[in-house]
Amino acid sequence: MAAKTLTIDGRQVSAEEGATILQAAEEAGAKIPTLCHLDGIYDVGACRLCLVEVAGVPKLLPACTTKVAEGMDVRTDSERIRSYRRINFELLLAERNHICAVCVANGHCELQTLAYSLGVDHVRYDYRFPRWEVDTTHSLFGMDHNRCVLCSRCVRVCWHIEGAGTKNVAGRGAQSRIITDLNMPWKHADSCTSCGKCVQACPTGALFHKGSTVGEMERDRSKLEFIVTAREKGQWIAPD
Amino acid sequence: MTLNDLHLIQARELAGKKKIILRCCMAAGCMSSGSANVKQRLEQAVAEAGLGQEVEVRGVGCLKLCCEGPLVQADPQEVLYIKVTPENAPTIVATLRGEPADLPQTDLNAPFFKRQLSVVLANSGVIDPERIEDYIAAEGYQALHEVLTEATPTEVVETMVRSGLRGRGGAGFSTGIKWGTVAKTPGSRKYVICNADEGDPGAFMDRSVLESDPHSVLEGMAIAAYAVGADQGFIYVRAEYPLAISRLQIAIKQAKQLGVLGSGIFESPFNFSIDIRIGAGAFVCGEETALMASVEGKRGTPRPRPPFPAESGLWGCPTLINNVETLANVPPIYRKGAAWFAGIGTEKSKGTKVFALAGRVKNTGLIEVPMGTTVRTIVEEMGGGATGGGHIKAVQTGGPSGGCIPLPHLDTPVDYESLGRLGSIMGSGGMIVMDDTTHMVDVARFFMEFCMDESCGKCVPCRTGTVQMHHLLCKIMARKATPRDLEKLQELCDMVKHTSLCGLGQTAPNPTLSTLRFFRHEYEALLQPDTFGPHRTADHASLPAAETTLLHLRQTYRARAVEATTRAAAETTTTPTTAK
Amino acid sequence: MKTRLATVWLGGCSGCHMSFLDLDEFLIDLIQQVDVVYSPVVDAKEYPEDVDVCLIEGAVCNEDHLEMVHRIRLRTDKVVAFGDCAVTGNVAAIRNQLGLGNHENVLQRAYVEAAQLNPRVPSEPGIVPPLLERVMPVHEVIHVDYHLPGCPPSAARIRTFLTQLLAGEEPRLTGEDIKFG
Repeated sequence: MAAKTLTIDGRQVSAEEGATILQAAEEAGAKIPTLCHLDGIYDVGACRLCLVEVAGVPKLLPACTTKVAEGMDVRTDSERIRSYRRINFELLLAERNHICAVCVANGHCELQTLAYSLGVDHVRYDYRFPRWEVDTTHSLFGMDHNRCVLCSRCVRVCWHIEGAGTKNVAGRGAQSRIITDLNMPWKHADSCTSCGKCVQACPTGALFHKGSTVGEMERDRSKLEFIVTAREKGQWIAPD
Repeated sequence: MTLNDLHLIQARELAGKKKIILRCCMAAGCMSSGSANVKQRLEQAVAEAGLGQEVEVRGVGCLKLCCEGPLVQADPQEVLYIKVTPENAPTIVATLRGEPADLPQTDLNAPFFKRQLSVVLANSGVIDPERIEDYIAAEGYQALHEVLTEATPTEVVETMVRSGLRGRGGAGFSTGIKWGTVAKTPGSRKYVICNADEGDPGAFMDRSVLESDPHSVLEGMAIAAYAVGADQGFIYVRAEYPLAISRLQIAIKQAKQLGVLGSGIFESPFNFSIDIRIGAGAFVCGEETALMASVEGKRGTPRPRPPFPAESGLWGCPTLINNVETLANVPPIYRKGAAWFAGIGTEKSKGTKVFALAGRVKNTGLIEVPMGTTVRTIVEEMGGGATGGGHIKAVQTGGPSGGCIPLPHLDTPVDYESLGRLGSIMGSGGMIVMDDTTHMVDVARFFMEFCMDESCGKCVPCRTGTVQMHHLLCKIMARKATPRDLEKLQELCDMVKHTSLCGLGQTAPNPTLSTLRFFRHEYEALLQPDTFGPHRTADHASLPAAETTLLHLRQTYRARAVEATTRAAAETTTTPTTAK
Repeated sequence: MKTRLATVWLGGCSGCHMSFLDLDEFLIDLIQQVDVVYSPVVDAKEYPEDVDVCLIEGAVCNEDHLEMVHRIRLRTDKVVAFGDCAVTGNVAAIRNQLGLGNHENVLQRAYVEAAQLNPRVPSEPGIVPPLLERVMPVHEVIHVDYHLPGCPPSAARIRTFLTQLLAGEEPRLTGEDIKFG
């Protein structure tokens, strides 16, 4: 496969043709914040945290879905981008009820980690305090819509990796929500295989193992990575 | 079907034409004020008067002066009756025999009509949209025949490029270049989509075109399909347009029966069929990638571009998406030539533009004017100025994605660049006139509410940003905001504009930005001093004000506390406690 | 001259003040540099004038809190939102999800439905302050100069923050020093 040479934050890097800016930056050691991206599933460019500046392009481009091109000059960090990322994150925190002190994912939450790295020590916008339900009907897992950031990672692992198609997004705008089957309580969603991949994929405390209490919900993303890459790595086959 | 057949139908139609035609508007506007009844009574009156041989009562598309409907136009008398009631029918028929009548009518020589130049709307209000023969009599489908038999797809694209037509859906991208890109992209299967998901508040151009002249859109699609190499088309039309949908269904059926759609059109190897897809009410489905997702049967949410639909569209195939008005421009361009079309309008914006004129203006309705006509001509001359003796304050174009043109800029010509410079957009053609009773912050709030409700929820800036911007606008309207809130609003506008995934979010701040630019004083008049801001930088003059605020707070609490005690006392005396 | 320091306890659990006391021997260093002019741990009835730094624990939940934060802003140079309740509303603001106008129901639930003895909504005008319709983080009401989140902020981070502030530097919390929950 042909290689493309490009510049990321002033450094010359080469990347495989077809690779995304995000992949190229990662290999070059530049850390671009992401939320809706999850290794192993296709990208949707929804969270807008990974927006980067590309010289000659008037618009900011999502690093996760933009393919590298020869001679591309990418800036992953600038005053403007930092400010946008911060606003973006504050908007996200003000949207639903992210109460870290009483959250199962406290201390193991991508939302928290991102907030710290973006320097978000408070939210300037008025919190919306919407009222959302918690679905604890499933025997193993729970879904707390108060903590959901609508990254749709659970939906994509459910369709793309597990192939069950249980999870989906319903409603629009601020009323968007993750549903199971045709908006049924999770336990009645017959298509669910109870595989738990959605729980592993969730960046926040929205999807959790039942029985976990504050700060107990840790995830093991290596399980997802194994499922996605095992075939090409030959890990399905027992070694001789 | 051959050219000869077309000519035969045309000749038969012209030969059978009756001396007098009563054109009765059967577009949604007049229909909603009872024009179907008017038409039926007219037919009855003609029969009763024994004029069946000389007079035809024809249901036609939009007669344009929507505010005065139901409308009936008599030919060749050139009289346009307004606000016609079914009871007027015998009187109208009587006038055809020369009897005088005192019926409300309007002057067809008024600027509202005289300033119009009909290209897209040439057949609107003239032909019966439910009869393909009427369209053929108006030279319909001849352009398609000519293109199929005499031009190569490359030549068709070249003609389109030469015409200078730009997309009428809002962005104004060159139609010819778009066609060329799809034509050049390799693919065994290609699609043409007609975007009829018109959703801007106050806009009804596309609906009128579909209701008045559906075949022009079908013919336009077929020409486009030939140019790009597609054999399947979709019309994505919103469910809120039942009349447009039914007329499209009739038109497609008739076109198939006559063989101008289907396989081997005009005995050429070109096949093209069109299916209708009905939108379920989401504004965002007017965005092309969301529209395609919806056509595919998925949730209608946009996806990042590139890849553009021209490279990877419907089911991953190269896809051409054009708006209704763009496609309706196509047959006239091939019938009369690219040079003719390029001769209309301004240097960079060719042709005409259809606007839905609405709001606080005397004459509301559908107008088509050459590009470059000034906003003043449209609203003051054609629109007849503000209603009720008010003064025009601003004109809003581009709906929730556009901006306001304030009074001092009313001489701006309508073309893509001039409107863009003012921070507005051409948009799909909604034009809402506002007078001095309109509060501009409220206008911004209204459009923000619209965008907030219509955001698909996929990307963070649009989903959450519109909510916060709307909240800030409400706060300003409620006189509870400080200058810091206004700063936050501006910062949010900038962020949402530059980081949202699709056009909906990227343009959602436009009405706010535009009103902030031209009517900032209206915002500032509602702001409260930031008395409790940073200590050292706090305005010392406002410190007494702060003490007053504190005093006021304390008094309010006292009053409330007294009220609560009185209420509690009243409750304990009248009702027993509800304690368990 | 020593820095005039105040600490205020609004709608919170006092955990932030507990964490403050966890500063242990640093408290002795601190007292060399500051005068604690108002705090739940000192006996001052009225919030004084000309306070240099005020740490506000807790969210703005009732009308007393509302009046207090306004007074603090007028009389204080640097206002610090101290802990998650002051910064985000946190647990104190969970009742906001019930919607506006439900503050009455909150009292009903707490003092009547859940009560085992003498169920009665406390109503002592002038003594029990009425609840606000909506719990607010401090910066929603007044300008806040610094935010020190955490539930509670750890003694180590309080120390880092105060050290920077008292040294006349602009306190800058980044990365590790920010923590919610």
